Amino acid sequence: MATKRSSAQLSKNVLQMKFMQRSALRIEQEQNEENLQKIIDDEHWALDLPDYKTKESVFLKDQSYTFCEQLQYGRQSFKGCNPDIEKIMKVKLQEQQLKASAEKEKLNSVSDVDMAKRYSTLMHVIAKKFEKKRKRKTGDDVDGVDDSQAQTKKSFMKPSDDE
Amino acid sequence: MKVCVGQVTLPGDEFDMSPLESNKKIVVGPGLAEFEGMIKIIKPGILRYREPATYWIDSHQKRYVANKGDLVVGIVTQKVGDIFRVDIGSSEQASLSYLSFEGATKRNRPDVKIGDIVYANVLVANKDMEAELVCIDSDGHSNGLGVIRSGGFLFQSSLHLVRKLLNPNCVLQKTLGKTFEFETAIGMNGRIWVRAQSDIQTITMANAILASEHMNNVQIETMCKKLCKVASKMD
Repeated sequence: MATKRSSAQLSKNVLQMKFMQRSALRIEQEQNEENLQKIIDDEHWALDLPDYKTKESVFLKDQSYTFCEQLQYGRQSFKGCNPDIEKIMKVKLQEQQLKASAEKEKLNSVSDVDMAKRYSTLMHVIAKKFEKKRKRKTGDDVDGVDDSQAQTKKSFMKPSDDE
Repeated sequence: MKVCVGQVTLPGDEFDMSPLESNKKIVVGPGLAEFEGMIKIIKPGILRYREPATYWIDSHQKRYVANKGDLVVGIVTQKVGDIFRVDIGSSEQASLSYLSFEGATKRNRPDVKIGDIVYANVLVANKDMEAELVCIDSDGHSNGLGVIRSGGFLFQSSLHLVRKLLNPNCVLQKTLGKTFEFETAIGMNGRIWVRAQSDIQTITMANAILASEHMNNVQIETMCKKLCKVASKMD
């Protein structure tokens, strides 16, 4: 460290003198080494190992009986013995009913996958509905036989003046 | 030995679980432990299952082992600085901070004395540490938790009975509640606190609860009917 500090104080002009050449070289070498050290340092701390995969457990462990058996709230009151507790009981009961009804709804309703399937088959039918009537007719005729007839545009035919 | 759902199990037994769809976890309840990717049974009892994927062992037990999320009835035994020591019936006393009561602040301490009964939620349960209790939910409301100080009677029962009482299918409390005016605080640690209109009725409730341990719902209903008759004669 001492040499480092002294070298920092030496000016460029001094180092250029002939008798200072040796220490100038040394200082340069030291600097190079320091730079090299810095590059090493960053890599030094990272182990070059394949990614360590933590295996995610398929189990949710240490659950309480309260969860497993879906136990009720432990404080209960009957016939107005403790109005506060009865209020809590009522709220809990409502929550339970809401949960049950939500589950029922889920069971009855159509799943997302089914919905997508059904909708994709319906797409053509619905798109037709938004087309203009005349266009729709032509669209229908596309797979029909008389293509040429449909493609000729209907236009006003002037009656002859003979009559 | 391999066992199936509903069978009697012994510690060391194994069982195969039906494979699940991806992203769904199997919930492993009390009495089951994982050993090298296998689930083994560590309690004698009956293997139970609930939809969609919950397994646990239904066992008879008297000693309470603290479990996170349980609601327990405890007795305050000591005040140590900022915390109360609470006896919850497990191997070690639990700690309950004075700040974990509804409306409690550093200046406004809750009124808790030694010997009080508290109904509390187990917040931390670890086999290497003492359990930690709270008397508030995550919103800071008590919701029925806290000190119970209105007389009544506290008694101890088996953990199995407590679970039976709290099961949604159990009719005991509902049937008793039709005729008697009473309230209960049932802790998962096997302690049950009851309060009714009179001492006699409180004792009746306690006896009815203890007697219902090995009864089915029909038997419970007949017992309740008998009790109602006797009670109406007493009045």
